[in-house]
Amino acid sequence: MAARVFIGAGAGFAGDRSDAGGPVADALAAADGLRFLIYETLAERTLALCQLERRKDPARGYSPALERMLTPVLARCLADNIKVIGNFGAANPLAAARRIGAFAKSLGLRAPRIAVIEGDDLSGRLSAAEFAAREVDGTTLAEARDVISANVYLGAGPIAQALDQGADIVVTGRVADSALALGPLLHAFHWRADDWDRLAAGTLAGHLLECGAQVTGGYFADPGYKDVPGLAEVGYPIAEVDDDGSMTITKPAGSGGVVDRLTVTEQLLYEIHDPSAYLAPDVVLDLSAVEVAELGKDRVRVTGARGKPAPDTLKATVCVEGGVLGEAEISYAGPNAAARAQLAAGIIVERLRQRAPALRVHVDAIGATSILGSSERPPDLRAAQSDIRLRFAAQSADSAQVTLLLDEVEALYCAGPAGGAGVRRHLTPRLASASCLIDRRYATPRVTMIGGAA
Amino acid sequence: MSREVRLHEVANARSGDKGNRLNIALVCRDPQHYAALAAQVTAERVAQVFAARKPTRVVRYDLPKLAAFNFVLDNVLEGGVNASLGLDGHGKSLSFLLLDMPIIIG
Repeated sequence: MAARVFIGAGAGFAGDRSDAGGPVADALAAADGLRFLIYETLAERTLALCQLERRKDPARGYSPALERMLTPVLARCLADNIKVIGNFGAANPLAAARRIGAFAKSLGLRAPRIAVIEGDDLSGRLSAAEFAAREVDGTTLAEARDVISANVYLGAGPIAQALDQGADIVVTGRVADSALALGPLLHAFHWRADDWDRLAAGTLAGHLLECGAQVTGGYFADPGYKDVPGLAEVGYPIAEVDDDGSMTITKPAGSGGVVDRLTVTEQLLYEIHDPSAYLAPDVVLDLSAVEVAELGKDRVRVTGARGKPAPDTLKATVCVEGGVLGEAEISYAGPNAAARAQLAAGIIVERLRQRAPALRVHVDAIGATSILGSSERPPDLRAAQSDIRLRFAAQSADSAQVTLLLDEVEALYCAGPAGGAGVRRHLTPRLASASCLIDRRYATPRVTMIGGAA
Repeated sequence: MSREVRLHEVANARSGDKGNRLNIALVCRDPQHYAALAAQVTAERVAQVFAARKPTRVVRYDLPKLAAFNFVLDNVLEGGVNASLGLDGHGKSLSFLLLDMPIIIG
């Protein structure tokens, strides 16, 4: 049994930095214990887009971040026996594993033993109506005909199983983000499946790591109030976890950023609703008694996670067509800019009311009302300065209606108020997503090993 | 001596989203301010701060061991990141709307 387990995070979302994992892998290589490097790269939208890609080409459909994320770390991890666990398999974990195998070969590395975890994909298992009946907190699926992607959040068990079988790299599709860390801990410490407090602690470790730099000074700095040294080269986190479930959060020596009571506490509550009941596939995590203590520079000890039995159902994310989003912007500057912008906004609203009455047109004045305003409240430009950028947005299943809005904004150049400038317009296909609660029997995790020495 | 400050002077806040639901973690930079915040930053006052977004429910969870609170606001993200017509469908900037609230500290 391992004395201490070191888990580093190389990425916290699909758009994260690709060079962040390098210093984490270097720090792990020097650590005395079992070492793991985890990657969370799978937004709801990413998975749906990957599913569409797989339909076109069965050899694709894995995360586009795969190669750029692994490039800086793969040689080091294989050389120093740092296991890599990532959900970059997306809609096609098997294809991702093959891609990694080919990539390792092209770099002249030894052939890694790669575990593929599948069984999260529910598309075709339930109809759109059956998903709609299981939707929570919404009615997004009520009128949907086609399901683009439907994936249930798997737990840590299959990841632990893959590591037990000697995987160097574990490639998953949709798993609970926290399972990326709980899996290695189950593998290392052989925690029982009903040892709720330890499972809760492992889930907490995953929760603190899963957003990368958000626990080491990212999404935190506020100059003069919350200063973060070296944020441009912020170090990504490492959790040192003991068999009793206690953990220390830290980051590579010499990296930028900060780990202290405040960075850890903010991340502890990130995306949490009821802190006494954070639902994960393997356990319900209770954060009420968690304590956070600074041990020294950039070392914070976290204790007190408590667990309750795993929920009866699993969460699934279902994505369906969401129509088209259109956005168009135009600027007004200099004397009387606010009055000209107000006039332009009024013209667009009036013309669209006549020509596309069903379309809801959202208007922002960037810098004045764009962020803290609300669709329910028309922009009030009285407080705005003499440089105003109007933004119009609308969404519809009928792209012609949305295009009409963009055309109308562009026409302000010649037919609107004086000095309208810098029109930019975009049409973006949208995906709508919904959460469903799914009976556990629909989750059918399976582990397949490819490559490596048999 | 007591004085009025904005929450931003004494507390940290971080927004997170799940669908159309927003949570804001509010953390005392000095744990000694916990009682003052507990008395003043009530769910009702937070609902007033976000009134323009018409929350259908605001709940505050207290975490005294962390000198922190967790606010959960339902249906304030204009449909959330995959549906909002606004620029901040995640609500990432909304923690700073909360931090603008005036409070009195001892």
